[in-house]
Amino acid sequence: MEDMRLRRCGPDAVLVEVDSLDEVSAVRAAVRAADLPDLVELVPAARTVLVSVRPGTDLAPVRRVLDEVDLSRPAEVGSREVRIPVHYDGPDLELVARTAGMSEAEVVALHSGTEYEVAFCGFAPGFGYLVGLPEALRQPRLDSPRTKVPAGSVAIAGEFTAAYPRATPGGWRLLGRTDTTLFDARRDVPALLAPGDRVRFEVAG
Amino acid sequence: MRRLTVLRTGPQALVQDLGRPGYAHLGVPPSGALDEPALRLANRLVGNPESAAGLEVLLGGLAVRAGSSCTVAVTGPRVPVLRNGSAVGSHAPVHLADGDVLEVGTPERGLRCYLGVSGGVDVAAELGSRSTDLLSGIGPDPVRDGDDLPLGPVTAPAVGADVLVPTRVPDALVVPVLLGPRDDWFGDPAGQLRAGRWTVSEKSNRVGVRLTGTALERTEAFLGEELPSEGIPTGGVQVPADGQPVVFLADHPTTGGYPVIGVVPAGVLPLLAQARPGVPLEFRPQAQLGLDPLFR
Repeated sequence: MEDMRLRRCGPDAVLVEVDSLDEVSAVRAAVRAADLPDLVELVPAARTVLVSVRPGTDLAPVRRVLDEVDLSRPAEVGSREVRIPVHYDGPDLELVARTAGMSEAEVVALHSGTEYEVAFCGFAPGFGYLVGLPEALRQPRLDSPRTKVPAGSVAIAGEFTAAYPRATPGGWRLLGRTDTTLFDARRDVPALLAPGDRVRFEVAG
Repeated sequence: MRRLTVLRTGPQALVQDLGRPGYAHLGVPPSGALDEPALRLANRLVGNPESAAGLEVLLGGLAVRAGSSCTVAVTGPRVPVLRNGSAVGSHAPVHLADGDVLEVGTPERGLRCYLGVSGGVDVAAELGSRSTDLLSGIGPDPVRDGDDLPLGPVTAPAVGADVLVPTRVPDALVVPVLLGPRDDWFGDPAGQLRAGRWTVSEKSNRVGVRLTGTALERTEAFLGEELPSEGIPTGGVQVPADGQPVVFLADHPTTGGYPVIGVVPAGVLPLLAQARPGVPLEFRPQAQLGLDPLFR
């Protein structure tokens, strides 16, 4: 684990810092596979994984699992595969096409023709940061964020694409929208997307 | 159906149990009673499992009418409690007959009292908890005047005896904090934390205790730097760009992009959640000892 930094995060947690999303994925998968009895939260993010245990219990078992993680070995691909139908009629589609130097139809074909993986969730319940975005679609946020992005909006920013579970402020470029419910706290599986899931966007008929 | 009718909520009344930890990877905050020992005590006093849902009552003012016979108890800071206008006292089980009215006065110190009721408040659970999460809107809406709260079945008689510990709210807080994960963003983080003086801001809420006072300063190398969003633990002391720290409580965002200089141990957070705006606060930074199991 020469490239892994452990950062103390209070008495009951450790923040594991690595150098890439692939390494984040490897750490998350290893800790999850260890099935530690006192594990409370396992929170992957862009370059870190937060591992917390029940207050008053020992972090040593977490340390032992981390000692065995092979960062060079990609995590096994998530078992769930999710398909999200999208109406590609977003207000920023034209801007995205112009920035990428292609037609709107080409943007749609590129975005819907790619398989993504949920790297992590955050910002709001069920908001998944999806990686795998083609280079041409890696574009900056809007100069001025919208005060309200409608629920179901499908958007891009930087190396990520995402679908907004509910209406929130946001600065991502909007390609379209989906009618699929992304988060419902009363469902058995509340979040449509969880870290490790593979995702494809489909052109809605 | 057994129920409790809310006549008056006071400034804020929320259904809370022990929350829904374990979903942070989906962006869901843990939520749950901020003064967890007080809720557990209220539940024990009325014969409930400690995990039953009760009401978290901000600055008193709550009045409820029993829609059926039940046992209730009010915990947290010491507070006047009236049954049909007569004083009955906090931190003790009180029997209510159908139609009886219970009123919770305003605590002299502290912020949050807890009402436990036999059978527990039996609203629908979401992700395994009945807690209202004010950040993400998960769980029941805040309680409103006139709400009828369903009660669950009684599982055990009220015990009536327990270790009665009203939350003692000090006039000034001295808060231990363990350095990390991002203490290296700050010059002499322990020294800055130890020397700084803050007061609890009126902008504090269930998301976090916001502090006003000494601005914590980053080192030259990290000025203007941005941190890729990372997971935040409950109790994390986050330092936004203006240097005024925030101690995250149960409804905190699961990830954030400002550095967390240190973490307040979970056992200290109930006291922080009782601190009124204006209460002075100091930190006592602690480094890990040599026997830290994480780095041994």
